[in-house]
Amino acid sequence: MLRFIISRTLWMIPSLFVVSFLAFVLIQLPPGDYVTTYIATLAASNEVVDQNTAADLRQRFGLDQPLIVQYVKWITGILTRGDFGLSFEWQQPVSDLIWERMALTLILTFSTLLATWGIALPIGVFSAVKKYSIGDYIVTFFSFLGLAVPSFLLALVLMYIAAVQFGQEVGGLFSEQYVNAPWSMGKVFDLIHHLWIPVIILAVSGTASLIRVMRANMLDELGKPYVTTARAKGLSEFHLLVKYPVRIALNPFISTIAWLLPNLVSGSIIVAIVLSLPTAGPLLLQSLMSQDMYLAGAFVLLICTLTLIGSLVSDILLAFADPRIRLE
Amino acid sequence: MTDAALAAVDQKRLAVASQWQLMWWAFKRHHLAMIGLAITAFFYLIALIPGFFAVNDPNKQNARAAYHPPQAIHFIDTAQDGSWSFRPYIRPYVLKRDPQTLAAIYTEDPARKVYLQFFAKGYEYNLLGLFPSTTHLIGTDNPNQPLFMFGADRLGRCVYSRIMQGAQISLSVGLVGVFLSLTLGVLLGGISGYYGGRADFVIQRAIEFVLALPTIPIWLALAAALPQDWPATLNYFMITLILSLTGWAQLARVVRGRFLSLRTEEFVTAARLDGASEGRVIFRHMLPSFLSHIIASITLAIPAMILAETSLSFLGLGLQPPTISWGVLLREAQNIRSIATAPWLFAPGAFVVIAVIALNFLGDGLRDAADPYNK
Repeated sequence: MLRFIISRTLWMIPSLFVVSFLAFVLIQLPPGDYVTTYIATLAASNEVVDQNTAADLRQRFGLDQPLIVQYVKWITGILTRGDFGLSFEWQQPVSDLIWERMALTLILTFSTLLATWGIALPIGVFSAVKKYSIGDYIVTFFSFLGLAVPSFLLALVLMYIAAVQFGQEVGGLFSEQYVNAPWSMGKVFDLIHHLWIPVIILAVSGTASLIRVMRANMLDELGKPYVTTARAKGLSEFHLLVKYPVRIALNPFISTIAWLLPNLVSGSIIVAIVLSLPTAGPLLLQSLMSQDMYLAGAFVLLICTLTLIGSLVSDILLAFADPRIRLE
Repeated sequence: MTDAALAAVDQKRLAVASQWQLMWWAFKRHHLAMIGLAITAFFYLIALIPGFFAVNDPNKQNARAAYHPPQAIHFIDTAQDGSWSFRPYIRPYVLKRDPQTLAAIYTEDPARKVYLQFFAKGYEYNLLGLFPSTTHLIGTDNPNQPLFMFGADRLGRCVYSRIMQGAQISLSVGLVGVFLSLTLGVLLGGISGYYGGRADFVIQRAIEFVLALPTIPIWLALAAALPQDWPATLNYFMITLILSLTGWAQLARVVRGRFLSLRTEEFVTAARLDGASEGRVIFRHMLPSFLSHIIASITLAIPAMILAETSLSFLGLGLQPPTISWGVLLREAQNIRSIATAPWLFAPGAFVVIAVIALNFLGDGLRDAADPYNK
């Protein structure tokens, strides 16, 4: 088991390396560099920068060096000092801007994961046990619908209903008095109070596919002889379900973290933009729009890293749950 | 194929039926998939000749019709003497301003009727980009009286006609993007599954890596790097390329799986022992037996592409106006104020959902029918 964990963790290193390089290439991709943008902004306010100053600036930021040298500098800065560079638009170190937003993103994603499981598990079991009943058809219909409705559209429709029917604005994660307040118990409760709308919106698409998986797994198990045996022994139907087939059918739930997580993170970005949540999404979009590439690169790097760590955790959990996997 | 299906088909015909024939029989039994096929075919027909289905010029702005609500179509026409006939018509809307807020109020004019016609004459468009035509599926008998079936947007452009036009881009992004991912996926998945060994290991890791990445931030970053002043066609091509950069992994995995399971089949070994070249083994012997699976996977990959394009364009980093796609249209619905005044701006979203559901049903049916020998 330990061997599996170690080898799987070691495999993370090249992946993280590729991700960081990818993020850096994305930073470099737009035409021109930081200094060109800087000069353009100064020119907009009628300040002229001569060629020497520009060259000086390039040298100071190391922009005159080859890509790979710049990359090494950038990644060493991150690894040794936690320095992600300077946000051009905000004139602040990137690290000051991202951490709170990343934390909120993490909270949002994790709550959504829990909600997805919480919804999908009982519905999937129900749908399998009551196969071809009206309830099953309704569930099937809604899960197909859930797969097809883009999460941002769902967010928009909910916003519309809330605004027109109930006359209130849905959006943000905090009430006004807490937006800039320091963290306190009140702020945490306020967060929980606001969190459920984005969580439900995000959970819908993940739930839809998980219900299908759970239903298929349960159907495979329900026909097996051990279920009949347990029933013959006089076990109550609920007891029987929870004790045996559900436990076996649960396996894919753990393995789905690996593919559910990238989808959740992607979805959370769009939904956060629509609902203007103070998570990574809106700031990422804004930084990309204004080509504030160090900020954007930091977000891409951190979001991808988080997802990779998530799939690592899911692989390890799966190895704990299913011995066959760690023997492979 | 199930036993019932076997019974339904004449035994003699079954014995000599080709694989594709068997698949078609299995597919036909899947009612939802048949509905999906019909809807998908209809949507792609719209995408092929959007001008014919449109009513008004999708780019024509009309200051007097900003946020014009959808018009009710009346079907039964009653004459003065009380007799009635089936003849669809609309009543034109009159624009009034609220004296206090100056907000536009549209009311039906009870005195006038504008009749609707099939194959009516309207604005000129190019059929298949070749033949100029003015015939439209539906239209009013008075060309100066526009018909707003799904209302109009901020600039008074007909939402319905724009959806028809947008189908062309939105649905073709799916096809082109999937074609690109398929090329990459078949190539890499094929190498991985056919040769195995070290190549397989490397490609497997690459696939896992791509699948573990959240796609939206990467698409956003790549799309943001595209120069804003590129022509629309190039921009369109780059967006599909960006979408397929992450889409190939899923297809590569399917192809690899099929190659792995077929590699050890007797007929492949036999072909190899016969001295068939590698190309012949792959294309003549292996490809036909997993083509159906690939087609099913493609059908399931297209809706994902459509959703991706819609999301990117909605966020403003995908296709740019004046290009019309469903995602671009949904940008109009981005802020709460405009959807509160004009909820019909959601209509493109409904089309996205219907297209995606139809393609998913179609793909599901194809996947079930893909292996007709598997009972």
